[in-house]
Amino acid sequence: MNGRDPGLQPERTRLAWRRTTLAATVAVVLALKSALTDGAGPAALLGCALCLAAWLGFLGVAHRRITALASRTGRPVPLAPRLAASAAGWTVALALCGSAVLR
Amino acid sequence: MRAVRRTVRLWLAPGRLAEEGDTPDYRFSLANERTFLAWLRTALALIGGGFAVDQFLPDLRWGPRVGLALALLLAGALSALRSVSHFVRCERAMRRGEDLPLSRFPALLSLVIAVVALAMVVVVLAGWQS
Repeated sequence: MNGRDPGLQPERTRLAWRRTTLAATVAVVLALKSALTDGAGPAALLGCALCLAAWLGFLGVAHRRITALASRTGRPVPLAPRLAASAAGWTVALALCGSAVLR
Repeated sequence: MRAVRRTVRLWLAPGRLAEEGDTPDYRFSLANERTFLAWLRTALALIGGGFAVDQFLPDLRWGPRVGLALALLLAGALSALRSVSHFVRCERAMRRGEDLPLSRFPALLSLVIAVVALAMVVVVLAGWQS
């Protein structure tokens, strides 16, 4: 492929990943606030650590995809189903850790 | 059940997906990816909403508060799982040149959200009375 895609599809997709990491950050901040409402006991801290781990996992997936889309050589590679599954998996992990920190 | 198993296998073995049909125009794949991300953001918003219910309605009794929060968290987790399966099914349909899969999920999800929202209105109003 020569030159830029007139529809800027890779750029739009990259920005969609950015928006999604922002949404994940908001959800994790709310989760941490939820976990720490009754003080920072060991269970609350463990819940926070797990939520943060899920957040980092999600950011890692997003980072891999964003770097892949940012490379300007050749045709953009479609998203591998495995990467999509791991992004959704971290989201589900966040929901699970979150349901454990509710009280 | 067999369809579910076949879909999960497709998630984990991308080579299988690449074996089927022809590679579509990369723009269609990227559009499919953005739809997947929009569903993932919906899931994250539902999960965030679950935490918000837990924190911003502290005067509610434990039962309705945690019940509503768990319902939203569960809806978020289901949306996330479904977003991958829909992404993979759309990708496969495009490779095979078939019609894109239809789905009842958006209608079901909006019904669930409407029910949760109504329940929240009722619960908050009832909570103010006591």
